[in-house]
Amino acid sequence: MSRLTASHVALKRSGRAILDDVSFVLEGGSFVALVGANGSGKSTLLSVLSGLIKADAGEVRLDGAPLASLERRDLARRRAYLPQTPRAEWPIAVERLVALGLTPHLPTFGELPGGWEPRLTEAIAACDLSDHRFQPATTLSGGELARAMLARALIGEPQIVLADEPTSGLDPRHALDTVGRLKALASQGKLVVAALHDLTLAARYATHLMALHTGRLVAFGPIGETLTPELLRHVFEVEARIQGAGENAFVDYLRPATQS
Amino acid sequence: MKCPSRPPSYLVPGLSLIVLLALAAASLFVGRVYVSPVDLIAGLASSHSTLAALVVTELRLPRAVLAILVGASLGLSGAVLQGLLRNPLAEPGLLGVSNGAAVGAVISIYFGLAHAFPLATPLLALAGSMIAGALTFAFGRTSTLSLILAGAAVSSLMASFLAMALNFAPSPYAAYEMSTWMLGSLSERSWDHIMLAAPFIAIGMLILAMMGQAIDALALGETQALSLGIHLNRTRILVLLGVGLAVGAATSVTGSIGFIGLVAPHLVRPFVGHQPSRTLLPSTFLGAAVLLLADLGTRVIPTNTELKLGMLTSLLGAPFFFWLIVRMQKTAP
Repeated sequence: MSRLTASHVALKRSGRAILDDVSFVLEGGSFVALVGANGSGKSTLLSVLSGLIKADAGEVRLDGAPLASLERRDLARRRAYLPQTPRAEWPIAVERLVALGLTPHLPTFGELPGGWEPRLTEAIAACDLSDHRFQPATTLSGGELARAMLARALIGEPQIVLADEPTSGLDPRHALDTVGRLKALASQGKLVVAALHDLTLAARYATHLMALHTGRLVAFGPIGETLTPELLRHVFEVEARIQGAGENAFVDYLRPATQS
Repeated sequence: MKCPSRPPSYLVPGLSLIVLLALAAASLFVGRVYVSPVDLIAGLASSHSTLAALVVTELRLPRAVLAILVGASLGLSGAVLQGLLRNPLAEPGLLGVSNGAAVGAVISIYFGLAHAFPLATPLLALAGSMIAGALTFAFGRTSTLSLILAGAAVSSLMASFLAMALNFAPSPYAAYEMSTWMLGSLSERSWDHIMLAAPFIAIGMLILAMMGQAIDALALGETQALSLGIHLNRTRILVLLGVGLAVGAATSVTGSIGFIGLVAPHLVRPFVGHQPSRTLLPSTFLGAAVLLLADLGTRVIPTNTELKLGMLTSLLGAPFFFWLIVRMQKTAP
């Protein structure tokens, strides 16, 4: 099982601290919901965890090895990263786009080996895209494209999935499907970290909660213990009511928190 | 599963190769002087210097070979650049190497070096393209945007040097010589020119041919390509090096030839499912084919002075450009 460790990660951009002394240990088998207000550093943290951005201070280790020391293709085989609102640049067929997820598994030259075909079909079906398989990716709707990108991220069967708002733009049915799939990956022993804005979805599906506030880690732990009205007041500046637990959890926002 | 979007992978490259070979054959048989095909083939085979043999081995064959080399490097460079920049309007001149080559050539003409030493013009042009490429590299290696901006800056800097050379041309004849060189032509090029350019073109094209996987992954955007293990900086540097070598060397012997690099990838893209890596080989072949066709045009269209190749490709390319705009408006989401 993989283990992703961040120790004292800090990052500054034009004098402003985007991430400030963030440390944690994440283990396979958990589905971590990364929450925080806009601009709290969620996307940056995911980029740092995936090795795309180098932190100014501190380091991230994957199974004990610093990310910077790993060969890029090796890292790409072990973790998948899904940015926020990804875009297809050419009208390639959906199956082509999904197959691009296998890039780090390919030889430098040559096409997809024949053995990948069933997995491709499976990945496309799993994201409910079979009807769109040969459609140009640029003609997909936003939600369909988001699902295609998720299939792209999952087809390589990475040990770690880092997804930046994978449910944004999805209709309720497909949002549920997506978090359900991420949860299933976690129960297979993989590590999933996803930035989520829908706290009800997070409360129902995630195993852990990680909250960022102005670049600092303000809460991290099993979701049942960490997701509290106090936390939401601190992180989002809202009064919220949290009802139920587990699959019946429900987070309702009442009003903006009054300045104290 | 059989599907229209998955033609066999050899089909499009194969067809474009056939087109290329047909045009190459035509370019040996067609010219200002009529030589019967039988004599031509005999000329190709024999070692005696008959008139037919001379026409074929010293005029038409080098011309066809050069057209293929130059057209292929333009076609491949265009396909790789459009893939790297994810911009359908990218073309090899964008990086400033073509204008750099022109400056080198113009310097050689300005100082009359070409009269002292026949290969002075292509050699200086080659040096010019390398300097321009190095300048683009120095300022544009960090990101795609800075690469485009640096290319544009270097291009216009070189263009202003060209204007300066024309301004201060020592004689009207020199000015005329400079401007005709810039129009681009394949005539009066010898095997020496080919020998000079071929190694650079070969190395450049070899580098570009290896970019397939990177430009495919870039269809997902830079962040995802990076996350899939693609070395973006290395890719940018290699593409610049490949284009610099191939197009720089090509422009050095023929002068600027526009639009081939822009058009060739578009001719094949719809037939390969828009997958960037699969445009490379057919674009290479079709780039060469289009240049052969344009060169045939310069020989067949009856004019008093020689029709310049670069002028003709630009003339053919402009309507294509308009068509592209109209089509993009139609397919835009």
